[in-house]
Amino acid sequence: MRFPKELKFEKSDEWVKLDGELATLGISDFAQNQLSDVVYMEITAESGDTVSKGDTLGTVESVKSAAEVVFPLSGEVVEVNEALADQPEILNSDPYGEGWMIKIKPSDPSELEALMDSNAYEKYCQER
Amino acid sequence: MTFTPHTDSEVEEMLKAIDVKRIEDLFQEIPESFRFPDLAIPSKLTEIEILSELQEIASANATTGDMPCFLGAGAYDHYIPAVVDMLLRRSEFYTAYTPYQPEISQGTLQAVFEYQSLICSLTGMDVSNASHYDGATAAAEAVILAYHFFRGKRKKVLLSRAVNPQYRQVIRTYMHGYEDLQITGDNQATSLESDLETIKRQIDPDTALVLLQYPDFFGRIYDYASLIDAAHKVGALVAVAINPTALGMLTPPGEFGADIVVGEGQPLGLPLSYGGPYLGLFATKSRLVRKIAGRLVGKTRDIDEQPAYVLTLTAREQHIRRDKSTSNICTNQGLMALASTIYMSLLGKQGFKHLANLCYQKAHYAAQQIDKLDGFEVVYKNTPFFHEFLVRCPKPVSMINLALQDYMILGGFDVFEDYPELENHMLIAVTEKITKNEIDAFCETLEKVTHD
Amino acid sequence: MTEPTVYELSSSGRKGFQFPEIDVPLSPLPDKFIRKDLLFPELSEQDVVRHFTHLSQMNYGIDTGLYPLGSCTMKYNPKINEKAVRLQGFALTHPLQPLISTQGNLYLMYTLQEWLKEIGGFAAVTLQPAAGAQGELVGGLIIHKYHKYRRDFKRTKILIPDSAHGTNPATSSMSGFDVISLPSDERGNVDLNSLKVFCNDELAGLMLTNPNTLGLFDENVLQVIQMVHKAGGLVYGDGANLNALLGIMRPGELGFDIMHFNLHKTFATPHGGGGPGSGPVGVCDKLIDFLPDPLITIVEESDDENPPLFGFYHPKKSIGRIKSFYGHFGVLVRAFTYISMLGAEGLHHVAEMAVLNANYLLTKLKNTYTLPYDRKCMHEFVLEGIWKDVPDVHALDIAKRLMDYGFHPPTNYFPLIVHEALKIEPTETESIQTLDAFAAALIKIAEEARKDPQILHTAPHHTPVRRCDEIKAARDLVLRCQVHNEKIPGSQR
Repeated sequence: MRFPKELKFEKSDEWVKLDGELATLGISDFAQNQLSDVVYMEITAESGDTVSKGDTLGTVESVKSAAEVVFPLSGEVVEVNEALADQPEILNSDPYGEGWMIKIKPSDPSELEALMDSNAYEKYCQER
Repeated sequence: MTFTPHTDSEVEEMLKAIDVKRIEDLFQEIPESFRFPDLAIPSKLTEIEILSELQEIASANATTGDMPCFLGAGAYDHYIPAVVDMLLRRSEFYTAYTPYQPEISQGTLQAVFEYQSLICSLTGMDVSNASHYDGATAAAEAVILAYHFFRGKRKKVLLSRAVNPQYRQVIRTYMHGYEDLQITGDNQATSLESDLETIKRQIDPDTALVLLQYPDFFGRIYDYASLIDAAHKVGALVAVAINPTALGMLTPPGEFGADIVVGEGQPLGLPLSYGGPYLGLFATKSRLVRKIAGRLVGKTRDIDEQPAYVLTLTAREQHIRRDKSTSNICTNQGLMALASTIYMSLLGKQGFKHLANLCYQKAHYAAQQIDKLDGFEVVYKNTPFFHEFLVRCPKPVSMINLALQDYMILGGFDVFEDYPELENHMLIAVTEKITKNEIDAFCETLEKVTHD
Repeated sequence: MTEPTVYELSSSGRKGFQFPEIDVPLSPLPDKFIRKDLLFPELSEQDVVRHFTHLSQMNYGIDTGLYPLGSCTMKYNPKINEKAVRLQGFALTHPLQPLISTQGNLYLMYTLQEWLKEIGGFAAVTLQPAAGAQGELVGGLIIHKYHKYRRDFKRTKILIPDSAHGTNPATSSMSGFDVISLPSDERGNVDLNSLKVFCNDELAGLMLTNPNTLGLFDENVLQVIQMVHKAGGLVYGDGANLNALLGIMRPGELGFDIMHFNLHKTFATPHGGGGPGSGPVGVCDKLIDFLPDPLITIVEESDDENPPLFGFYHPKKSIGRIKSFYGHFGVLVRAFTYISMLGAEGLHHVAEMAVLNANYLLTKLKNTYTLPYDRKCMHEFVLEGIWKDVPDVHALDIAKRLMDYGFHPPTNYFPLIVHEALKIEPTETESIQTLDAFAAALIKIAEEARKDPQILHTAPHHTPVRRCDEIKAARDLVLRCQVHNEKIPGSQR
């Protein structure tokens, strides 16, 4: 199971990668492993949306379950990964790379501080 | 007769095996004062006795087997071919459960897959589910789908007043828990001559869904293209409630822009059976497939690479999404869907088209003859209709129907209670079961009972 | 074993059914509305009969063998019920006929209402709901309207045990409530301390299945009901497990305010491969006027010369109509026939034998499979389908292997609170011989798990199709037959 060092994580299994003014979001390796084979990804947020931390980003479906994905940060949605609708299995094979879901312009830097770093998240996953 | 096989000695053997002295001891957890009540239910009966009783009860009814039926209004008296019931009686079909174990349920699953396909062909839509309870609840599920499609942001649903009154009642019951939703468009002040214009005027960007009926409750056929266009211009969804028999002849809603098609499948080989069990048809365009409630059967392969059918997209359903699912539906009308599949397959392309034509022609002959009767008038005679039409009568409909009973004729539906401006108006339906002689006799009798 | 679809069997020009010719003068057809083509298959009658006969041969039903699905009550479906429902007097009546011409049907429904009232201990019953889930919706809507009517707008929460069936929380959401999940204690009862926290003025009600989905009777049920009532909430009973209580206890007497019945479970009406069901709902006195419209009632009492006259009652604060017409009449006829044949003594006997059968089977299996709650069960019980020494073998594998032994598997992965759950309900119509054979098969499978686990992982081996690729089914959506080589819209590839 991978926990890339440069990423920050939310308790609900979303990851954040900060790149200058933009933040990229997705779900963690732990999350995709729990879901097992993803059959569908529906991103309900759209480019241009203003979102708050905790708002729904979308839903991930596997054969046996469905899970809500939420925004770990507030901000403005800049880009949505359209490829996921046609190839949801990328979430299983490459959750941190091609499996990115959304790029946003974060509006509140303090929210980033509140997220877990890679070590803390790894520890948290081990306890579950 | 309890259908339990246990002999006294077997019961003894079993009690011994579980180390319990008496059967009563198995119920000790029930609070004592509530245990083992006496039920005021009659004593048991044998098969011979119950059959005799049932025959007596059944004989207290008048049936469409005894007399021609001119009653429609949501349920229709069609002929059911002998093949349908014969196949339905195969107990591998009717004593089976929901096909959660596909390896031993391919019969049920493939039959439902074929049902889904036939409904798509019939309605011109891309996807059909495995059915809802009836036409009315299917219409309610369409409203729920539209609500969730817009994530609750659009708060208006427009219902045509010419949609079956029971459908509109059920929709309002179902949406009772969605308190911010406004269900409108069908209030009593809306004239039935111009209800479509009224609906069109009320369409705005807050509209989630427009629901129309085709043919409408009064049997009328309209071109909905411009109305649907107006709805789509503001991004609203359009649902059309259909009569399946009519689609043997008429352009299906999938070809004139409907996003959702719902309907009552009872005419497809299901007996009238005093109102149920019936069959809720539900089909959509492909973009709505993940929003559909109810079961879906999909085609796949097994580990030997053989074609196989399974329930799919189950992550939408109640047993997985629980409180986040959009609907609580668990059952589909399995056996009824099977009956309709057999019926549609048996009639086939030519049979189904001929059936529609038979109903159309006989209804039009009846309308022409009734219109000639003194005191009777076919109300919408300049509007195209399928197999149902509205007639203004010289006397109250309830009175006429009671009199018709003495002549062994089942008269049409009294629309007064649902449409207060239509006193003395009867909605008459004619199906392929009715002969020309029966139509002529009906006309003679109508004349007789209103001019004494 | 592949059976072509009706479209694949189609042969252009073939006719399966002949209607008489048109016997009236022709009216012109409205040109602009005529459909261009109808893409239905064309088969002969024999094609149709062979096709559906082949399909039936790939199916397993109760008439094939044991169907031990927990909380489904797959008991034998008496054949006299099939004869009853096909009597012309029942099958050929239109729901909108003048009431005077359907007194037989109205008598049957009225009597069934009365019997269900008696069995459940309720003041009134509606027969309108089409299925258990619809019955639950009626319950949720009644609770909603009841509080609204009392102008008590704070009550927004429904409590549901974590062992509950998925329809319970789904229904509560649909009824406009927030759902709070209640944990179960180590004996499988509702945890009273958790319940206490939510017994306040925001409590609309509690949905309780008793016996619960573990097959256990809640040892504190009276206290639970009392706590909810004291806080001003209503108690809804999910009656799926009523088979254990027929003539043994009446939920209405215990204090349940509303309860739905499942006629397709407790009252032996056929499951039909997924329906139709029927979910009548019983209520206590104070909720009668909220029931769906209409109820069947006596409008004129009988006298020396005439039987009673039956008609409709329109409840004054009704939640409205929940479906068209009066309910699944065809299913009601079957339930009426079944209860008539059983009689009061038969109902009691059914519950006794159902609970005896379940306990017998439990005793035979509890040394081979882990029993998470060591209590006497009622009509069903839950085992864990996993062992510490062979952790790669799961409940799914056990279920699939059972099919090779000629049995339908029990329910798996429900309730969610038991790990790798196998939920077993034999019902009262199974003999000791069948139970012994089933137990023997499960014990053999436990041995296979250690000696030859691969045979379980790749099971079933002797069924019409083998394990299916459900991932492919969900990713490459194919939801209907291809007709004339068209591209199927909706498929992702």
